[in-house]
Amino acid sequence: MTEMLSYDFMQRALLAAVLVGITAPAVGIYLVQRRQALMGDGMGHVAMTGVGLGFIFQTSPVWMAVLVCVLGAVTMELVRSRGNQRGDIALAMLFYGGMACGKLLVSMSAQAGAGSLESYLWGSILTVAPADLATIAVLGAVVIAVTVGLRRQLFAICQDEDFARVTGVPVRTLNLLLAVMAAVTVTVAMRVVGLLLVSALMVVPVVAAQQLTRSFAATQAASIALGVVVALAGVTGSYQLNVPSGPAIVLLAIAVFAVFSAIAAPLARRRHRRRDDAGQGPQVCDVRLPGQDPGKSSSDATTPERRAGLAQ
Amino acid sequence: MTHPIPPAVRLRDAVASRGGRPVLRGVDLTVRPGEVVALLGANGSGKSTTVKAVIGSVPLEQGTLELFGTPYGSFRAWHRIGYVPQRTTAASGVPATVREVVSTGRLAQHRLLPFRRRDRAAVDGALAAVGMLDRAGDGVADLSGGQQQRVLIARALVGTPDLLIMDEPMAGVDAASQQVLADTLRAEVGRGASVLLVLHELGPLEPLIDRAVVLRDGCVAHDGPPVPNTGLHALPGHDHVHPHADLTPPRLLA
Repeated sequence: MTEMLSYDFMQRALLAAVLVGITAPAVGIYLVQRRQALMGDGMGHVAMTGVGLGFIFQTSPVWMAVLVCVLGAVTMELVRSRGNQRGDIALAMLFYGGMACGKLLVSMSAQAGAGSLESYLWGSILTVAPADLATIAVLGAVVIAVTVGLRRQLFAICQDEDFARVTGVPVRTLNLLLAVMAAVTVTVAMRVVGLLLVSALMVVPVVAAQQLTRSFAATQAASIALGVVVALAGVTGSYQLNVPSGPAIVLLAIAVFAVFSAIAAPLARRRHRRRDDAGQGPQVCDVRLPGQDPGKSSSDATTPERRAGLAQ
Repeated sequence: MTHPIPPAVRLRDAVASRGGRPVLRGVDLTVRPGEVVALLGANGSGKSTTVKAVIGSVPLEQGTLELFGTPYGSFRAWHRIGYVPQRTTAASGVPATVREVVSTGRLAQHRLLPFRRRDRAAVDGALAAVGMLDRAGDGVADLSGGQQQRVLIARALVGTPDLLIMDEPMAGVDAASQQVLADTLRAEVGRGASVLLVLHELGPLEPLIDRAVVLRDGCVAHDGPPVPNTGLHALPGHDHVHPHADLTPPRLLA
């Protein structure tokens, strides 16, 4: 362990992992809340065009990817907010176009060679340069400031956009801000887990955490903690076992999700039993109706689908 | 009455379409201070679109909208409006507690400032008003349909609005929650709030309603006291006016 920490490149890798472990779930939770879990995936595809442009113009692929990804995210947000019926088709075009364009540009560039695009697709955390780390730190700080600082506002627009508008929240501005933050996160995480697995780090810690939580605040805190733990453990594991870091982090996160889902049901049962013990209603139905399967009735079983007001 | 003179809502000659299809074709709607107005009509008559035009989520192609005497474009006093959308579910992709959902109703008050003690007290008060204070820490996804509706009503009440806009608040709501809703609405009216209600039927809220506006094909077909005539009998829920042997009258709760 101490041997690992003595290398400069490992120190930078672990620092980058911590930053990405915090930012990716911090943004991802809002995408999951709005049931847009795969949005990060689409942005990862679009970012490939940015990487390609960086190769062509011999500039930093990270900054080019930020630029292209922000433009892509704003386009996606505009398509979404207009509620266009063919919005999903427009998004599909954007995703595939972004990926195809990226590969084409890279192959045309002078640096084209085996593995040049590879390091962006799957991440190469061990080659994070000091300048990269500074970029990741600055962008990560902005993302954290926005997603945690505007938590109540972003929660409101992702929970119920129409209602948020009536509270006077600038819905359109915040939607665009969230899209830009997601785009920035994708490019920040690009070096750590790679464009193809970026979305996993935005989504999996959130869905793993919410197996055990009931409130948004707890889910956000737990998913960020989980993101940091799996990112650090993934990088450490990849160093010890000599495997790529991106896939290690993602598989670890999925393993945590599996464990949390398995213990979620017994935990929920225990929670309900505690509440019943506190005197909230009988354990079992004590009213038996003729010809009715006991245990299937409930005092308040109205579902959104059932219109009790019209019941005969 | 501490209300200013201008009406809470003045919608004039509103024309709007959704997905290229004209839905409102010149709707006039006024809600005066302290008045309870029911917006009635068959499915597809433009009730929900009218409400969405009033809150600004469906843009007007023609016509004017004034809220509390201010043209919509320069209206900023959103804290005066409480909105209960037509509910599908109060839950989203991430768990949230009842308290967290209701707290979003205070955004117009605390804005970018932290949530303070008086905001917390307002949330407690609104939850108590709909009888959900004991469930404040529970996840909204664990609630029944009627309880979720009560949470959404608490979210609208938490800013003590001068105008309450509710889109089909009685749809899919169990009897206990309908009773809570009618009581809450009566208290709000007693406080002096104006109310705009979209209803599929007058039902148990009928005694509270001052005026009914009936829409048909995007036009106002009736605007006056909620006397059950002028085409209202064509709507469901008026079986107590036209009793038929095969229809059981709805339970009257008010």
